[in-house]
Amino acid sequence: MTVEGLRKYFPVKKGFFKKPDWIRAVDDVTFQVFKGETLGIVGESGSGKTTLAKLILRLIDPTTGKIYFDGTDIVGVSKKELRKYRRRMGIVFQDPSASLNPRMSIEETLRRPLIVHGIKDREEVRRRVLDILQKVGLGKEHMKKYPHQLSGGQQQRVAIARAIILNPDLVVLDEPTSSLDVSIQAQILNLLVKLQHDLNLTYIFISHDLLTVRYVSDRIAVMYLGKLVEIAEADELFYNAKHPYTATLLSAAPIPNPEVRYVKRFSLVRGEPPSPINPPPGCRFHPRCPYAISRCRTKEPVLKDVGGGHYVACHRAEELDLSEYTSGLWKIITESRVS
Amino acid sequence: MTDPLLRVVDLKTYYRTSAGLVRAVDGVSFEVYKDETFCVVGESGCGKSTLALSIIRLVPYPGEIVGGKIIYRGTDLLKLPESEMRKIRGKEIAMIFQNPMNSLNPVFTIGFQIAEPPVIHFNMDGRSAWRRAVELIGKVRMPDPEVRARNYPHVLSGGMRQRSMIAMMISCEPKLLLADEPTTSVDVTVQAQLLNLLMNIKRERRMSMVLITHNFGLVAEVCNRVAVMYAGKIVELGPVREVFRNPVHPYTRGLMKCLPIGTKRKEQLYVIPGQPPNLIEPPPGCRFHPRCPHAMEKCKKEEPPLTEVEPNHYVACYLRR
Ligand SMILES: Nc1ncnc2c1ncn2[C@@H]1O[C@H](COP(=O)(O)OP(=O)(O)OP(=O)(O)O)[C@@H](O)[C@H]1O
Ligand SMILES: Nc1ncnc2c1ncn2[C@@H]1O[C@H](COP(=O)(O)OP(=O)(O)O)[C@@H](O)[C@H]1O
Ligand code: SF4
Ligand code: SF4
Ligand SMILES: [Mg+2]
Ligand SMILES: [Mg+2]
Repeated sequence: MTVEGLRKYFPVKKGFFKKPDWIRAVDDVTFQVFKGETLGIVGESGSGKTTLAKLILRLIDPTTGKIYFDGTDIVGVSKKELRKYRRRMGIVFQDPSASLNPRMSIEETLRRPLIVHGIKDREEVRRRVLDILQKVGLGKEHMKKYPHQLSGGQQQRVAIARAIILNPDLVVLDEPTSSLDVSIQAQILNLLVKLQHDLNLTYIFISHDLLTVRYVSDRIAVMYLGKLVEIAEADELFYNAKHPYTATLLSAAPIPNPEVRYVKRFSLVRGEPPSPINPPPGCRFHPRCPYAISRCRTKEPVLKDVGGGHYVACHRAEELDLSEYTSGLWKIITESRVS
Repeated sequence: MTDPLLRVVDLKTYYRTSAGLVRAVDGVSFEVYKDETFCVVGESGCGKSTLALSIIRLVPYPGEIVGGKIIYRGTDLLKLPESEMRKIRGKEIAMIFQNPMNSLNPVFTIGFQIAEPPVIHFNMDGRSAWRRAVELIGKVRMPDPEVRARNYPHVLSGGMRQRSMIAMMISCEPKLLLADEPTTSVDVTVQAQLLNLLMNIKRERRMSMVLITHNFGLVAEVCNRVAVMYAGKIVELGPVREVFRNPVHPYTRGLMKCLPIGTKRKEQLYVIPGQPPNLIEPPPGCRFHPRCPHAMEKCKKEEPPLTEVEPNHYVACYLRR
C-alpha cells in the first residue's frame, strides 16, 4: 500500500455567518506499507492516528490524496469495486466492549462479515467460524456466548477473529492492547505476531505505548499534529532518533527500571500540544522544540531520507545528536530481562 | 525509620452487590513514612482505588469498610465521626483522581475552587485565598495564572485540568497525598510533566505520597517502596530497587517478564496464563494458585502470609520457605 499526499480536514463551525475553521487531522501524509510487515504509528492523542486509519480503510473520504492498494488508487473507485478491496482489509479497535455488538452472540458476530460478502453455504460458514475461533485461541464453547460473558482479553480475541475471518491482506490495529491489563496484553501481542506469521498478514499498528510499538513493528512512523515527522526501521528509530519530537516522546516514556531513573531525560519535554485548528506556521513543533532556529518558524520542513530508509522532517536532522535523551530507554529495551 | 505517618492494618473493604459480596480489599496492611512515595501497583480490578478511597473514607455505596484500622498520626480514622473526618480530608490527606473532571466542579472557575478549601479549613479571607489560588496556579506551571484562575474547567486541556487538581489538592498543605492513576488519561509527554511537578511539590512541601498505578514504568521512576496487589491482597512489598532487582512472588515476576522489553522484536513474550479472578469467589488458599507455575498442594488450601524474605522485603508465597 502506498499513501500519497493524504489530507483530511474537518470543518469546525465558529458561528452561523463565519467561515468554518479547519481541523487538519491528517495533513499531507505520504508513506508506504510493505507486504508482510508491521508499520507502527505513534503520536499523542489528537495527532491524527485514528483518522489516518479510517482513511486507509476508506471508512471516511479524504479531502485530497491517493491511496494505492496493490497498485490501484482506491480513492477513486466505484462502491462496488471498493467492496472487493474492503474485503482484503480488517480493523481492530481499542475497546472491544464498545466495538462488539452486545446483542450478538460470538457466532453471529463472526458469521456477519462472511454473509455480507456472499458466503452463504451454512456448512462452510460454520466451519470457517470454528476455524477462526481456534486460530485466535478460543473454541466451540465460546460460539453461543455474548460479549459481556467474556473477559476483555477474550473479547479482543473475538475482535481480532472478526478482522481476519475474510483472509485479509492488511489489518489495521488501533490501540488493540491499550485497554487490556499487562498480563493479558502479552497474550494478545503473542497472538498477533503468530497470526501475522501464519497468515502472512500486513499490519498497521497504532499505539501510544512506545515499548509495545517497538516490539511488534518492523518500521515506525511518528505523527505530530497531522504530520508525519519521522519514519524508520523500528530499532533504528529508538537507537538513532533524529527528530526532536521523537526524542521528546522517547525521553518521556517511563522506564521500568529504577536504576536508570536519574539519567537526563525529561528536560526535553516542554509546552503543551497546540490545537490542530491553527497549527503553528513553519515546523509545527517549533514552539516546543529546544533546537528551533529562525528558519523553523517560517519554513515547513519536508520528509528527507537521511540514509537507510530513515526519513525525517526537520531542518536540523543531520546536525543534531539526540542520543543522550534516548539511550536510557534503549538500554532497557536491549538489556533488561527478568530471568 | 521513624514512626509511620499512616499505618493501614488488616483493612477489609467489601461491596455488597446483587451478585454477591465483592472482597475488593481483603486484609491489607502497610505503612507510609514521612517524605516517602509509596506505590501500589496491580492490574485493573485488584482493589487499588477501593484501597485509596478507604483511606479517606469515601468508599461509595454499596461498599463498606468491614474491618481493620487506618492509623493516621496516631489516630484511627475509622473511629472518627464523619464531622472530624471532614477536617482531615483536604487539610491532612488529599486525593487526586484519574479523571479530574469528576472532582472539578463545572460551574465554578478553577480559581474559586482552589481558593475555597483554605477558606473552609483555615477561615482565610476571600481575597487572600484568591491571591493564593493565583499563586498556586503559577506554582503548578500554568501560563498566565490570573487569566487561568477565571477559566472554567471545560475550557482547559486534560493536562491543565490535572494541574488545577494538583493546585487544589495542595492548597491546604496536606501531609499525605493519595494519587489514583493521576496520569492515566493524559499523553506521555504531559505525564512526564505532571510527574515532575508532583515530585517537585512533594519534595518542597515535604509531603508523603501514595501513588496508585498499573504502570511499572511509573513505579520505577518515582517510588521509594512498592506494594504489588493481586485480587484484593498485597502479595509483595519492598524497596523499589530491591523489588525490581529481585522480584520474588511469581505474580510480580510474571508481570515484569511479560513486558515487551529485553526481547528482540516479535520474539515470543512470557505470558501469565489465565486471567485475574473475580473477587466474589476468589480461589481458596493462595489467590494466584490457578495461574501460578509453581503451585503446590499447600497453596490450594492455605493462604500464604506476608513474610519478610530480605530486610524490608515482604512476600506472600510458600515457594521461598
Ligand atoms: N461501586 C462499586 N460497586 C460494586 N463493585 C465495585 C464498585 N467499585 C469497585 N467494585 C469492584 O471492586 C473490585 C476492585 O475495584 P477497584 O476499582 O478498587 O480496583 P482497581 O484495581 O482500582 O481497578 P481499575 O484499575 O480498573 O480502576 C472490582 O472487582 C470492582 O468490580
Ligand atoms: N469526525 C470528526 N469531526 C471533527 N473533528 C474530528 C473528527 N474526527 C477527528 N477529529 C479531530 O481530528 C484530530 C485527530 O483526531 P484522531 O484521528 O482521532 O487522533 P488520535 O487518534 O491520534 O487521537 C483531533 O483534533 C480530533 O478532534
Ligand atoms: S525543524 Fe526546527 S523546530 Fe522543527 S523539529 Fe527541527 S529543529 Fe525543531
Ligand atoms: S503460594 Fe504457591 S501458588 Fe501462591 S504464588 Fe507462591 S507458589 Fe504460587
Ligand atoms: Mg485514536
Ligand atoms: Mg482504579
